[in-house]
Amino acid sequence: MATPSTAAATTSWEGDIQLRKRGISPGRVALYIFLTIMALLWLFPMLWAVYNSLRDYGYTLEHGYVSFGGFTLENFPNAWRRGGFATSFGNSAIITIAAVAFTLAASSCMAFVLARVKFRFNFTLLAVFVAANLLPPQSLLIPVYRMFRSVQLPDWLSDSGSLLNTHAGVILINVAFQTGFCTFVLRNYMIGLPAAMYEAAQIDGASLWRQFYGITLPLIRPALAALATLQVAWIYNEFFWATVLLQSGDKMPVTSSLNNLKGTFFTDFNLLSAGSIIAALPVLVIFFVLQKQFVSGLTLGSDKG
Amino acid sequence: MSTAQPATKAGKVASASGGKAKQRHQRMNTQDRTTVILMAVIPTVLVLGLVWFPAISSVILSLTDWNGIGPLSDINFIGFKNYVDIFTIYPPFWPALQHNVMWLISLFLIFTPLGMLFAVLVDREIRASRFYQTSFYLPVVLAGALIGFIWQLLFSRDQGLINAVFGTTIDWYGNPEVNIYAAMIANGWRHTGYIMLLYLAGLKGVDPAIHEAAAIDGASQVQTFFLITFPVMRPTNIIVMVITFIDALRAFDLVWIINQGRNGLELIATLVTANVIGEASRIGFGSALAALMLLLSSFFIIIQLRIMVKGDD
Repeated sequence: MATPSTAAATTSWEGDIQLRKRGISPGRVALYIFLTIMALLWLFPMLWAVYNSLRDYGYTLEHGYVSFGGFTLENFPNAWRRGGFATSFGNSAIITIAAVAFTLAASSCMAFVLARVKFRFNFTLLAVFVAANLLPPQSLLIPVYRMFRSVQLPDWLSDSGSLLNTHAGVILINVAFQTGFCTFVLRNYMIGLPAAMYEAAQIDGASLWRQFYGITLPLIRPALAALATLQVAWIYNEFFWATVLLQSGDKMPVTSSLNNLKGTFFTDFNLLSAGSIIAALPVLVIFFVLQKQFVSGLTLGSDKG
Repeated sequence: MSTAQPATKAGKVASASGGKAKQRHQRMNTQDRTTVILMAVIPTVLVLGLVWFPAISSVILSLTDWNGIGPLSDINFIGFKNYVDIFTIYPPFWPALQHNVMWLISLFLIFTPLGMLFAVLVDREIRASRFYQTSFYLPVVLAGALIGFIWQLLFSRDQGLINAVFGTTIDWYGNPEVNIYAAMIANGWRHTGYIMLLYLAGLKGVDPAIHEAAAIDGASQVQTFFLITFPVMRPTNIIVMVITFIDALRAFDLVWIINQGRNGLELIATLVTANVIGEASRIGFGSALAALMLLLSSFFIIIQLRIMVKGDD
């Protein structure tokens, strides 16, 4: 965290000088106190989980949770084993990687068509994509559930005989939902690319595919990186579809398997804390390592509005 | 996609950078036309087939008496009976609607303004701004279900911190009198950071010169914010409004992980789900509730699309 924050970086020289001239006024002290209290308040639930995940159940049972001592690392292997995280992390990886890859592939193709090809329903189609992302998923549940159940799959592909209770089903619906948002973001990004470049390419006789694959894709890499980061976090966190479409526990990704873990964990809060930290680990890594991509992904969609 | 037209015929189509020069050059040959169709067809089929078709089907099913088991040919249209039934003889509906409204109010009156306040405060030339920002938006990366887990550590009756500190014995997640407030607080913990991020992005777009001008004119910082900065951030304000409404309507994960939306935590989204995958599968009720959600969300979708059109001009 050695780099100055992006917000502070916008501060001009004059601002810096003003700051020093102003010194420490009572207003600023109040500001720092307020922000520090709020920041600690906001961090507290996570810190509390970390703290208790490091303590022995027997100790906290005896001394209560508001106490100090009984430190151990035992809760983590315990939670890992009893929570079945080995299986659910595998499922999360399959669903997340496949869904993010398909979403980005589908939406960069669609965005290119919407941004570079002029046709009559160009804007209507964009609206269809954007609005799709905003519909409440629960309102689609009944038809999607019935559709997935009626798709017949051979036994070697799905032990349920249909798309229900398969990773493929969850991946498909996630791709369908996220494609709208990513298409919107990527189209806006592509529209900002210099038109002269495409004119030159057209004069050189470059095919549309060449313009997409050779020119556009390399240029939209920053947007793809931001979206990939954001989408990994979102699809990893996705709860609703994974809960309703997957019935057997051995298929569930981490987030929806939490529902099954309640019984295991809610009696032992040190285990619950450790389980929560384990489940949060992938997104926390994204948060700390890829923070910039994550934030720009979150705010990309609102740039244009 | 067979409607792909040579560019000159589609001059009406709005485009941010589509100057006439570019359009003149664009003549599609057969190969390019095939490329366009191949590139567009899979995403379009996915979105139409897995989002729009189900959405429209939900509305149609809400007007029928289908029980979810028989063949589709057995369906009878029964008009708005499902809706009338929901309003009159389905006890959880009004509490659920009330909870969604409370959820929305909590976001609008407390957590959205708080997120905005955080953004304004950390966007100034302060030390450790990065630390404050990081603290506030850490919860944004966590799954709603996981937030339910983490707050259980504070809200639990027997082992929770709140009861331990205050010597109370309230079951914050279980008591139907208070659990919706507990859920709203946990949800607000996450929402605030998200709103802060959106406003931080919005504030970066505000020209600092107007602040200096206001300061020279003797406006206080509070005045400057409400009279100048806030109105200038109108696009961000609208996006935040849309996001807040849609989040309140979609609220599901946090409540589902607590108790599957029962006993004081009913929300429209959990009722739909419970009616489909629960013990008593009532497709008619579920579809009518789903259609109501679609109707409510469509207002905000239209607002969002209108901003989009304006952004394109």
